[in-house]
Amino acid sequence: MKIEIENLKFAYNGREVLQELDLSIRNNEFIGLVGPNGSGKTTLLKNIGGVLEPRGGGIYFDGKSLHNYSAKEIATIVAALQQENQVGFDFTVREVVEMGRFPHLSRFERHDAEDHRAVDWALSVTDLEDFSDRYVNQLSGGEKQRVFLALALAQEPDLLLLDEPTSSLDINYQIKIMETVAALKDEGITVIAAIHDLNLAAHYTDRIGMIDNGEIKVLGEPCQVLTKENIAKTFGVEVEVKNAEPKDFVHIFPRRRASIN
Amino acid sequence: MSQDRARPRTTFVVLFVLLVLAFIVGVVLGPVNIPISDSFFILVNEIPGVNLDGLPGNYQAIIVSLRLPRVLVGMLVGSALAISGTVMQGIFRNPLATPYILGVSAGGSAGASTTVVLGFTSNLALPVGALIGALLAVGLVYRISYTRGTTSTYTLILAGVALSSLFSAITTAMIFLAGPYEQHRVLFWMMGGLWRSSWTWFKILLPVVALGTGVIFAWGRDLNALALGEGAAAHLGVKPETVKKMMLGLATAVSAVAVSAAGTIGFVGLVIPHIMRMIVGPNHMILLPAAALGGGIFLIYTDVMAKMVMQPAEMPVGVITAFFGAPFFLYLLRQKIVGGRMR
Repeated sequence: MKIEIENLKFAYNGREVLQELDLSIRNNEFIGLVGPNGSGKTTLLKNIGGVLEPRGGGIYFDGKSLHNYSAKEIATIVAALQQENQVGFDFTVREVVEMGRFPHLSRFERHDAEDHRAVDWALSVTDLEDFSDRYVNQLSGGEKQRVFLALALAQEPDLLLLDEPTSSLDINYQIKIMETVAALKDEGITVIAAIHDLNLAAHYTDRIGMIDNGEIKVLGEPCQVLTKENIAKTFGVEVEVKNAEPKDFVHIFPRRRASIN
Repeated sequence: MSQDRARPRTTFVVLFVLLVLAFIVGVVLGPVNIPISDSFFILVNEIPGVNLDGLPGNYQAIIVSLRLPRVLVGMLVGSALAISGTVMQGIFRNPLATPYILGVSAGGSAGASTTVVLGFTSNLALPVGALIGALLAVGLVYRISYTRGTTSTYTLILAGVALSSLFSAITTAMIFLAGPYEQHRVLFWMMGGLWRSSWTWFKILLPVVALGTGVIFAWGRDLNALALGEGAAAHLGVKPETVKKMMLGLATAVSAVAVSAAGTIGFVGLVIPHIMRMIVGPNHMILLPAAALGGGIFLIYTDVMAKMVMQPAEMPVGVITAFFGAPFFLYLLRQKIVGGRMR
């Protein structure tokens, strides 16, 4: 699905967070959003997900304005994975993933074969088939995050929004989640992910939008966006950037001020 | 389906059998000893179109105008309290959220005692006062904890506790101001019991409880989604605050009517949802009907005990429910602490 964002404005209690933000995202693209804390990444994702109402401008899915969709319709098109996730009671993995079918069901409709197929698919993509009877609250943080990714996938979305999905995970689960997400374009899913770790973003995304003060400052391929100059301007830190194999991958690492003795 | 959960079908069959037994026990047992065969024929006689001769008239009066409505009212009150407890625990993801914590009973007591002191003597005045008091208290609690489009669970529970003590103070003041006869009426109402049960009460409760629980059942999946938190629920197409307001409103209305009918009966709204969640799991599509049945069954049986333990005097059923509910709840709490997690 193609997403066009034009002049998007949003404010919390009068404090402007997004200022005339423009962004266009191609079909089946994996796009990363990087930027300092408070730069508006989460707010942008929530606007695209229809959870927050923009104060101006527009968001268009394949040319159709988000305004014209109901909350439930949006949930059949857009799914989201948040940074922190909790389950209130002892639901099993399968029960939680089945909740992803909510937007597809009318109030008195029961799960049919299509719903079961979607849930099975989501469990298999996230490698959770053996976990389906386990209680979510007994899983580790990384496993839990995969359950919530499976929940989002069970919605069978065209667009997946990820808000720092790996920031509280160890490197093993970081890579697992990113590998799974990067493979979703083959399933016809466009992905927009706010990512703190610049190296992870550089490694897995097709394009990166660097966001600061509620505006997209630079947009392009990782090696074009993640330059020493851009990072210094946006984050205010000095880093070294090395180009690396294969193709245009970049590695970013801090320039140490203190020396180690 | 996880290993340590009962299958829904088995659970509902067991609950249904227990309910039928509860009806029989509730109709057959009472301070007046009525032979089972007489009870049976009197019940059969109530089926429209059946007209039996030679039934003992005094027994007939006891069963038809006292025991039968009492069992039915007990069923509805128990269901109402258990359903509203389940809903409140569900929307606030907090095991302590119950109609009582949120002020239904304190508000109801204050309303009831106020009507008595103000000199309303009609039989309906006290329950209507209780209803208004309960709705007012929960409304205030919710209004106070609602800020910037969301409700904080902690604020909600703290506000509930604080307002409950305020309303309790009002009740105490009213009892202090009332004459001896009025004091007696208020205290009896506050003790909680099904002795006022009548066909009139059944007719008041049935539509409210049936409609309220019906709508709540239909929103079972929304309640499941809310268990993931407001943020995740919103991305599933649920409008969290709208659903919470609506469910809280219905749960409050249903429990307030139950409280105005039967006074303050503790622990049904707290313990039954927990027990049922342990048996069938947290899926509200199954949990809600199971809790409704469980609450009704529990109150019918405890009410029979209330009638029987101190014959011919009758113990307030709230005493019995607390005697069972409190230790069991403490046991659960202990299990959870030992188990290291909240179910």
